[in-house]
Amino acid sequence: MPMDGGIGASTKRREDVRFLTGAGNYTDDINVNGQAYVAFLRSDVAHGKIKSVDTSDAAGMPGVIRIFTGADFEGIGGLPCGWQVTDRHGEPMQEPAHPVLAQGKVRHVGDPIAAVVAETLEQAKDAAEAIEVDLEELPAVVDMKAALVDGAVKVHDDLTSNLCYDWGFVEENRDAVDQAIKSAAHVTTLELRNQRLVANPMEPRVAIGDFNRATGESTLYTTSQNPHVIRLLMGAFVLGIPEHKLRVVAPDVGGGFGSKIFHYAEEAFCTFAAKAINRPVKWTASRSEAFLSDAQGRDHVTKIELALDADNNFTAIRTETYANMGAYLSTFAPSVPTWLHGTLMAGNYKTPVIYVNVKAVFTNTVPVDAYRGAGRPEATFQLERVIDKAARELGVDPIALRRQNFVTEFPYATPVAVEYDTGDYNGTMDALERMIDRDGFAARRAASEAKGKLRGLGINCYIEACGIAPSQLVGQLGARAGLYESATVRVNATGGIVVMTGSHSHGQGHETTFPQVIAEMIGIDASMVEIEHGDTQNTPMGMGTYGSRSIAVGGSAMVRAAEKIIAKAKKIAAHLMEAAEADVELKDGQFSVAGTDKSVAWGDVCLAAYVPHNYPLEEIEPGLEETAFYDPSNFTYPAGAYSCEVEVDPETGKVEICSFAAADDFGNIINPMIVDGQVHGGIGQGIGQALLENCVYDDQGQLLSASFMDYAMPRADDVPFYEVDHSSRTPCTHNPLGVKGCGEAGAIGSPPSVVNAVIDALQSGGHDVDHIDMPVSPSRVWAAMNNA
Amino acid sequence: MATISMVVNGRQMSGEAEGRTLLSSFLRDALGLTGTHVGCDTGQCGACVVHVNGDAVKSCNMLAMEADGAEVATIEGQAAPDGTLNAIQAAFQEYHGLQCGFCTPGMVMSAAALLKEIPKPSEAEIRKYLSGNLCRCTGYHNIVRAIMAASGQDVAVAAE
Repeated sequence: MPMDGGIGASTKRREDVRFLTGAGNYTDDINVNGQAYVAFLRSDVAHGKIKSVDTSDAAGMPGVIRIFTGADFEGIGGLPCGWQVTDRHGEPMQEPAHPVLAQGKVRHVGDPIAAVVAETLEQAKDAAEAIEVDLEELPAVVDMKAALVDGAVKVHDDLTSNLCYDWGFVEENRDAVDQAIKSAAHVTTLELRNQRLVANPMEPRVAIGDFNRATGESTLYTTSQNPHVIRLLMGAFVLGIPEHKLRVVAPDVGGGFGSKIFHYAEEAFCTFAAKAINRPVKWTASRSEAFLSDAQGRDHVTKIELALDADNNFTAIRTETYANMGAYLSTFAPSVPTWLHGTLMAGNYKTPVIYVNVKAVFTNTVPVDAYRGAGRPEATFQLERVIDKAARELGVDPIALRRQNFVTEFPYATPVAVEYDTGDYNGTMDALERMIDRDGFAARRAASEAKGKLRGLGINCYIEACGIAPSQLVGQLGARAGLYESATVRVNATGGIVVMTGSHSHGQGHETTFPQVIAEMIGIDASMVEIEHGDTQNTPMGMGTYGSRSIAVGGSAMVRAAEKIIAKAKKIAAHLMEAAEADVELKDGQFSVAGTDKSVAWGDVCLAAYVPHNYPLEEIEPGLEETAFYDPSNFTYPAGAYSCEVEVDPETGKVEICSFAAADDFGNIINPMIVDGQVHGGIGQGIGQALLENCVYDDQGQLLSASFMDYAMPRADDVPFYEVDHSSRTPCTHNPLGVKGCGEAGAIGSPPSVVNAVIDALQSGGHDVDHIDMPVSPSRVWAAMNNA
Repeated sequence: MATISMVVNGRQMSGEAEGRTLLSSFLRDALGLTGTHVGCDTGQCGACVVHVNGDAVKSCNMLAMEADGAEVATIEGQAAPDGTLNAIQAAFQEYHGLQCGFCTPGMVMSAAALLKEIPKPSEAEIRKYLSGNLCRCTGYHNIVRAIMAASGQDVAVAAE
């Protein structure tokens, strides 16, 4: 049994009370005295030359304070890209400028041209409509392959082409892979699209800039997953504000899923404009603006080939992927199709040689960057789909084929540059098989067929690299940042504790889980521990929350800081008990001396630290506050096996999910209730990708799916209850908690099993269909069944 | 601008609004009740659901003026004056029916309207009723369980 409120307890979330009573403090709930409002005038064409922007009429409208255009940002830095990829030939990627407001050209629908600051939001919007832009519309490039044709219209005139980079990984393996495929007993090939998605956290983005003329300090309130990263990027690279004069606050944030990692133009604009007009400036995105300005996700077109020997052992994998960057490079965009995708192409399998080629392409569309899973869902989907296709072609059981090729010995160095520290892929597959009653499937299929439906069962595995990331390694791979995390543990005189973490919670429940760890370490009630996050002014420099890194990296930093606290507290306790430090033990919030009845309570030691009358001042300082920075030595590798059963209506092509089961190995788990919830949410998004969601542009670059009317978000009646199992646990070997992270697993692991199940259903009905691109919508299924 | 008055969570309140001011904006900006959230501009997401004269409405789809003189209930009025959560709120916490919390006010207000209409809804009835409330965090699993629990039903049937 876990300690009440300690590690392993399903403690109810303390943050829920404020969210359930309307007392949350989201960025749009913040109003700064004297604030003005911003409305952006955005491009309504995908590609065009700005000949002139006439603001004269708009400037005279009621309430207008000032109108800004690209000219106001000449000489000011553009939005920086945080990752540089080196291409196959050793050349750096092509990196275009990304101005805060468009200068000379617009390059996607939604590109901001001008911004009106006015007394009210309505006045700002009215005036934005009155700005006259003389725009010469240019032909747009939308399709990636068309964008790479000689003579294609260029998104950026100053680049040599629309190719951002042509990346080969591992380039030295290229010939060996070609050879292995040529000599294979069987090669299965699959071409597919991992469609573009929109993250759509329910809270749209908000930015409020504030400038204090008396102190020269700027403050930005923003909907961010990583306020310190925004402070560094915006301060150092865009606006030239030193970090000690810039405070970034990300209060309660209503979901992120990656889309709130990045530094956006609106953040820089509001900070800049607040100083320019000496008034606080607030911008709140409408959902329509979110569709036009939040970085979007996925959008890969891939060909994958899987080679097998005569005994069905995997011998090689070769992939070629076109990855859409959109019109500009969003903050971490170049890393997603490369280091977050190519490094995962081994999956759970021991394939000796692998070669991954990725061509990243500029198009006249909204920029693309990390969305929940980021690269890893794209790797998992193609691999698990091609394995399923191979099993069908070879007439072997898809689970048996997977098990036969599983990595079973650890540590395991993949041919794609990462080393899995631990795992048990048979263990998670066993857990999955216990949940899904595979033996009963034939009867369930027969029952479906009796109703005129086709039933399919789809299985897949996944692995992900989380706990992002070892700084030196990612530095070698092109990251322009370190990816450590930080924590300060402040013990107050009466024993209560505040942990200031660089991690950021936007739904993950850190305010509940982080105290569980401290409570366990010290043996005190979790209610004595409070978490502060989201404000650069009172938290140490941290890299924020994404890549399932909070507990693995942020939690580890907190553990390291708490270990320093405990070490110092033992010194104090030893002094108070007149005992040797080495003999002091800490249990249940009591320090005691082994073999004696001497003890002193946690609270007494804390008080002594702040009232050091009887205290070893010659040896240690008063006070009890420690900071630690933790840089992981490796990624963590959560892995699992997922299953989906579907019914397909052959009359309409509609797919209904009958059941969904997920077995994950997350290593040690702090709060099982929260972990289950993270997986549920990920599966919901994965089912959304598999069946419903599609971000679509027409050939002119107009975004056709620009609202919830047109972009099909999964709703409660689109999804079933999910069965989840986390009993298979191989603790991470290199972080102090043995944790791996759970935030992205569901979204990474779920799409292939849904599509595998649909294909299985159609095949059972005699339809020779081996692939349907996502979303597997009724029209696509019907067309595939009817060869339409 | 006109002065709009309404009884919100049992308290008489008034504020200024333009003809085009939405009830959601009026509650948030004029009355300072920021628990009601706005997650879209097409009436799809349901984060802004409140009750007007006892009926659940999307407050972004109603003009403030239309609610002049009405009785309005928002998330801020759902717990007891001493802070005790009501049965639906308590079940959302107990069953982890929320993560980021942004859709939660609308979910709770929709759930309250559902349970008034159907005191013991089936899983399918809950899912159908919530089709006007989007959640991006939970995959709906624990929201459905929470509403079943709040209506006094056994949630063991729902997968753990």
